[in-house]
Amino acid sequence: MTAPLLSIEDLRVGFSTRHGLVEALRGISLGLHVGETLGIVGESGSGKSVTALAVMRLLDRAGRISAGRISFRGQDITHAPRHVLQPLRGAAMSMIFQNPRAALNPIRTVGLQIADVLRAHEPLSAREARDRAGVLLEAVRIRDPLARLDAYPHELSGGMCQRVMIAMAIACEPALLIADEPTTGLDATTQKTVMDLLSETTARRGMAMVLITHDLGLAAQYCGRIAVMQQGLVVEEAPPHKLFGAPRHAYTRRLVAASPTRQSTIASLLPEASAAPPAAPAVPRGGRLLEVRGLVKRFAGTTAVDDVSFHLDAGESLGLVGESGSGKSTLSRLVCRLLDQTAGSIRFDGTDIGAVPARGFHRNPHRRDIQLVFQDHGGSLNPRFTAFQSIADPLKLLAGLGEGEALQRRVGECAERVGLPAELLGRFPHQLSGGQQARVGIARAIAARPRLLVLDEPTAALDVSVQAVILALLDRLRREEGLSFLFVSHDLNLVRMMCQRIIVLQAGKVVEEGKSDALFAAPRAAYTAELLAAIPHFAPEPSVPGTAG
Amino acid sequence: MRAFHGIARRLGQRLLASLPALFGVVVFTFLLMRVLPGDPAAFFASGPNAGPEEVEALRREMGLDQPIPVQLLHYLGDVARGNLGRSLSTGQPVVDDLRRRMPASLELTFCALALALSLALPLGILAALRPNSLTDHAVRLLCTLGVCMPTFVSGLLLIYTFYTLLGWAPDPSGRIDVFVSQPPEVTGFLLVDALLAGDAEAWLAAASQLVLPAATMALFVLAPLARMTRASMLAVLTSDFIRTADALGLSRRQVVLVYALRNALLPVITIMGIVFSTMLGANVLVEKVFSWPGVASYALDALLASDYAPVQGFVLLMAMIFVMVNLAIDVLYGVADPRVNVG
Repeated sequence: MTAPLLSIEDLRVGFSTRHGLVEALRGISLGLHVGETLGIVGESGSGKSVTALAVMRLLDRAGRISAGRISFRGQDITHAPRHVLQPLRGAAMSMIFQNPRAALNPIRTVGLQIADVLRAHEPLSAREARDRAGVLLEAVRIRDPLARLDAYPHELSGGMCQRVMIAMAIACEPALLIADEPTTGLDATTQKTVMDLLSETTARRGMAMVLITHDLGLAAQYCGRIAVMQQGLVVEEAPPHKLFGAPRHAYTRRLVAASPTRQSTIASLLPEASAAPPAAPAVPRGGRLLEVRGLVKRFAGTTAVDDVSFHLDAGESLGLVGESGSGKSTLSRLVCRLLDQTAGSIRFDGTDIGAVPARGFHRNPHRRDIQLVFQDHGGSLNPRFTAFQSIADPLKLLAGLGEGEALQRRVGECAERVGLPAELLGRFPHQLSGGQQARVGIARAIAARPRLLVLDEPTAALDVSVQAVILALLDRLRREEGLSFLFVSHDLNLVRMMCQRIIVLQAGKVVEEGKSDALFAAPRAAYTAELLAAIPHFAPEPSVPGTAG
Repeated sequence: MRAFHGIARRLGQRLLASLPALFGVVVFTFLLMRVLPGDPAAFFASGPNAGPEEVEALRREMGLDQPIPVQLLHYLGDVARGNLGRSLSTGQPVVDDLRRRMPASLELTFCALALALSLALPLGILAALRPNSLTDHAVRLLCTLGVCMPTFVSGLLLIYTFYTLLGWAPDPSGRIDVFVSQPPEVTGFLLVDALLAGDAEAWLAAASQLVLPAATMALFVLAPLARMTRASMLAVLTSDFIRTADALGLSRRQVVLVYALRNALLPVITIMGIVFSTMLGANVLVEKVFSWPGVASYALDALLASDYAPVQGFVLLMAMIFVMVNLAIDVLYGVADPRVNVG
């Protein structure tokens, strides 16, 4: 075997923080050969991004490599100075990042940005660099590449920005490409096209790729080997089929279980907790809770929601699926009466709440019946409110409870319902973990005893293991409290597990509606089939990278 | 083309939107001047022993015997016709006085702003590249000194050092040495006029008069500009696209000057507009210390003499300049940031 392209030996990285030195990497060793694809999988804080940044030597000021060795093509770059690294970066090893729009210079055209990279490594004239940039844009399959050269990042979609980023990263034909969560925040179908493009490009050019992701399915589908990281250590490293077929480490087992597959159910995501099965649907179904007819919402020239009708029964859970721009968030805001519709009616429990202007709906008795759980749990909590105050807020405003024992008791009850330890009630949002923030958000939503809960991507920002817990919690709450859910998500798989019925939205229109299982087994609309195909998934049998899906 | 249209449309909107504010300024200053103590008629009566009849006659002549709303209407009518009244102290129409003195103030302010920017930007960048280093602390000290020292103190200190002690600077009396012949007036800006006339001697004389007052003003506004540059550079340097530029092997020079600085300048442009307007108003002390024949000292003299018209004219002029500066900043911002014209 030849010498590896990249080898990391016993790497330790520490960050100096206000609370002293924090070790982000505690001695990891990894190797990568020419043309190989390695997936690094782990949850937030596991050190996977730090590993990538350490290899590129892009750690910020506070981070420091305290021990170990990184060598690239046999050259020790652990402590190499900038003048050694600069010719390597971009030309021999490149990196693409999460959040492609932020990763591009907002006030420079993409053509110039690609040209900048080319000219940093090759003696090209501006004209030649521009021509090459055009060729690159074509290579990453951007339509009308020559016109796009003069576009600014804000004029492109997120997926397009990521393609531009890929074009920049491969511009000088590097031997190694590190992709740090390249598709987080992109739609499922966009994710698939971007990942296919990445894997084809690297395969065609014989580049090695490190794919860093929190999504096991994605890593399994596109990588030849996967390293699982936990708390700064590599706990297991194996080819995907081995990792999923016979995970050795307990953490890997938990992670594999928590990653939703086409077969998984809420209960199977949490094998350890399944000892106590959730209560059977005790609440009797009955009656229309929500009836939406011909709902239309136009914003300055564009139609976000276009003649949508659906209904929701008491105790039922309805999924609303679509990609960004499909109008699903607008629709959920209309139902919550945070926006006024252009046309159409919304009947809640027999009353036409669509006739109440959104501006005055907070005084409507139905306000407490419809509550929201947001995607960004941290951001949707008032940073100056403790968990207690956040949960107490709707009780004071909507249930008319004053400061006192009743309020204390109800907040305590809600916290208990969502599994939030009572001692955390005095904490501020920034002192809580992502999962705990989610629990506060859910407790706040159920505090005023609503009948309909609108959940807008409630787990999109959470790690898979936390997601599994939160999903189970929501499912149990719905059954026990007899809540109805309007579950908004771009992830068909989650919706399948959480909802009995699904509505698929595209460009503001309903393209398909049906029972979850039926829709999943045999989608009628082409768009639904496309969404289904885009779900990254791993099969228990060995899969060939790039061909699955 | 699209960008140009956007800018033109925004300019029009902003100009229209500024009209009510300008009107408010006119009315407010008018009323303010009327409630201030002091009787211009008594002040301008021919002598301290002028009789009450004489003062009364003068008052009638000036229209001060009319009720205030009527006076206001007259005044608004005059302003609309471009007549700002006549200064009682100089005997000239206020418009002429302002027009003659404005270039002096503008020249001083422009030079001071250019000087301040040429110092503040490099200092801010240096400080941001090495936060909490010796350089950073030195810049912070300089900024603090500039801000905490009133301009008349720093101006006097500069005069004492460079004129009295070292003798490098010419005496602080006006815009140009009295023994140098003034270049023929074209724009009113002495530096420009001297250049146009090809008169090197006059240009040097004017420039050397300008250095100390401009430095005084520049020192005063160095702090906001340098601190803003530093803060904005610090924020930009930690942003994702700088990391991308580093990850793809761009040179340090290009990363700092093209990627970071151009983005960091956006908030500095905003601050620049505020600083410029502040400078025009705050000029008065510098103009006094350096006997600079600008509009601010003119307005101050008029105010002390209860001479309404020049003060009102001055305030209106400042308000208009403020609007214009904001417009210019808006255009500049639109050019610098392609995202502005969207939506």
